Amino acid sequence: MKVTFPHMGNQYVGTKVLLEELGVDIIIPPKCSKDTLNTGVKYSPESICLPLKVNIGNYIESINMGADTIAITGSCGPCRFGYYSVLQKELLKEAGYDIDVILLDPPQGDYKLFFERIFKLTGTKNPYRIIKALKKAYNVLKAVDDLEDMTYYKRPREKVKGSVDKYYDTFHKDVRMVYGYKAVSKLIQETKERILSVEEDPNRDVIKIGIVGEIYTIIEPFVSLDIEKKLGNLGVEIDKSLKVSRWLNEHLFMHPLGLSTEKETWESAEPYLKTMVGGHARETIGYAVRFAKSNFDGIIQVYPLGCMPEIVAQSILPTVEKDYNIPYLCLIVDEMTGEAGYMTRLEAFVDLLRRRKETFKGEKLLSGY
Amino acid sequence: MKNCYLGIDVGSVSTNVVLMDDNKKIISKIYIRTNGKPIDAVQRGLREVKSQIKEDINVKAVGTTGSGRHLASTIIGSDVVKNEITAHGIAALNFVDGVRTILEIGGQDSKIILLKDGIINDFAMNTVCAAGTGSFLDRQAARMEIDIKDFGGLALESKNSVRIAGRCAVFAESDMIHKQQLGHNQEDIIKGLCDAMVRNYLNNLAKGKEIAGPVVFQGGVAANVGIKKSFEEALGTQIFVPPHYDVMGALGCCLLAKEHAAKGNKTKFQGFDIINSGYDVKGIECCDCANMCEVIEILRDGQLTARWGDKCGKWSDLVKSDIERLA
Repeated sequence: MKVTFPHMGNQYVGTKVLLEELGVDIIIPPKCSKDTLNTGVKYSPESICLPLKVNIGNYIESINMGADTIAITGSCGPCRFGYYSVLQKELLKEAGYDIDVILLDPPQGDYKLFFERIFKLTGTKNPYRIIKALKKAYNVLKAVDDLEDMTYYKRPREKVKGSVDKYYDTFHKDVRMVYGYKAVSKLIQETKERILSVEEDPNRDVIKIGIVGEIYTIIEPFVSLDIEKKLGNLGVEIDKSLKVSRWLNEHLFMHPLGLSTEKETWESAEPYLKTMVGGHARETIGYAVRFAKSNFDGIIQVYPLGCMPEIVAQSILPTVEKDYNIPYLCLIVDEMTGEAGYMTRLEAFVDLLRRRKETFKGEKLLSGY
Repeated sequence: MKNCYLGIDVGSVSTNVVLMDDNKKIISKIYIRTNGKPIDAVQRGLREVKSQIKEDINVKAVGTTGSGRHLASTIIGSDVVKNEITAHGIAALNFVDGVRTILEIGGQDSKIILLKDGIINDFAMNTVCAAGTGSFLDRQAARMEIDIKDFGGLALESKNSVRIAGRCAVFAESDMIHKQQLGHNQEDIIKGLCDAMVRNYLNNLAKGKEIAGPVVFQGGVAANVGIKKSFEEALGTQIFVPPHYDVMGALGCCLLAKEHAAKGNKTKFQGFDIINSGYDVKGIECCDCANMCEVIEILRDGQLTARWGDKCGKWSDLVKSDIERLA
């Protein structure tokens, strides 16, 4: 059995460690590229959301490298992602790929089926081993997410443009070559030290933007057209509302136990949206409010064309913009890979934020603060 | 010797060049079609500017904007490379006092810019639809065999506007054909088209935004009095069209360039000689990874001057060392 899985930002590092620690043979799909998208578009329904198309591209590229089983997670949230596993299985069958799909849905009471699937994927019935591997995988995922957070901070401040990306890109290349928890952890630690040592320019005037929106789009850099790098190079420090490690913690561990770490976010969203409307609409609004409260300079929402929950959030966000006096920009991504228009919007938004900040500073000086 | 500032806006449909003096007076203003050849358009524009000026001038700084701003910048050596939104905002602020809303409709895109206390406060740009842009009007005028210059004037003669669906360019066109076949006269249909475009613009871009006066209408389409009238009717307020509405982007660049020079920076302008240089563009497809980036090389008289188009930055970074090696 050779297992593969779709890409979603740093998630592959965690999944790799989990399965390698359990001795499962894996194939990591190549980094998402134009080829991936083209393949995905060819075999997917035209009007389905973008993540599914990229997923299909990932699978087919992995199958061509010898994969015979796909492991995916599901979500119980009322959004199209809930149907991904079923739909993808059918699409691959139609395209002539007969392949096993193991779905790891959060157990909604049916723990028997959940564990059966886990036993099938992991090839062991020893829960102690599985939990140990899961813990290691979670630790690695957390460490990679922390590493990425560090790039958000360093990129706008680096003295020589591109220094952070050089180390970070190398990490993503090298991590495919090493095996298991120890080696991956070591590599993360080394990269961390390298990035930490990147020289900073103390005179940079860095502004802060909070990124909210559909989870896959904001996490997978290929789909968001490398928004973190583009903004970093424009001198912007960012933070994202959703991270893989956070999602995993929430859905796989906390949620089944009736707990949540998102209480604060939901409370922030409550004046605008009281209930869950599917996807991450509530989180999008909640985090926008939280970012505004913690003195961010602006908010950018990113979502794939046709994402219903985010459309709801999009119509609410201008109210948040007004209430908290924080500029907001909405970017919708689709199959386009032309970046000129995207860049124009980002540049103009950053310009706007800088001028605003300068004016605020001027006002403060005049009024004697 | 007169101090001057050069602003160039390389857009999808038109390329505009403006030459401004120290007193913000416009010495020369050129509006030409890009025709899909931006390098050639920049050279033609500069040539025309040069033929228009009689006195001795000293270009203190250059600014470029528009979708071809990076290309133009490498060719002429500009000091400020700015996005269209900022450039348009700056220009409007300088020519209409206290402007709060800018409606801008160009060839391929339309935008709305909101200002507050003299700074840009919010903006929106059309994303996935081109129904509300100049190209669409151009096409419909050509289909009805009307000169686009007369288009707006005809709309003003209408007494009974016909309702045309403005949600999508394709549906608008079929709706329009249907109305024509019913026998509605041309003026009414043109007026309907103007109303539809304005409706689409306001529903699409201005959704949820507060449009406060003074309102400025600029961009190539601002020449169309029909659209201006429809905007006035829809918004219930007076709309200003600045005298240089068609070159506002280039004008904004002049102002930004002036600001840049005032800070004591030396210009990177390569001089008007570039109009005599031969430019070549070479494309290579990088096959080092699955992205297969199409890398573009710009050569001036056979010499490599710039390279871009790569996702990873490998080729663009190489330019400097390549230039040194070649030199």
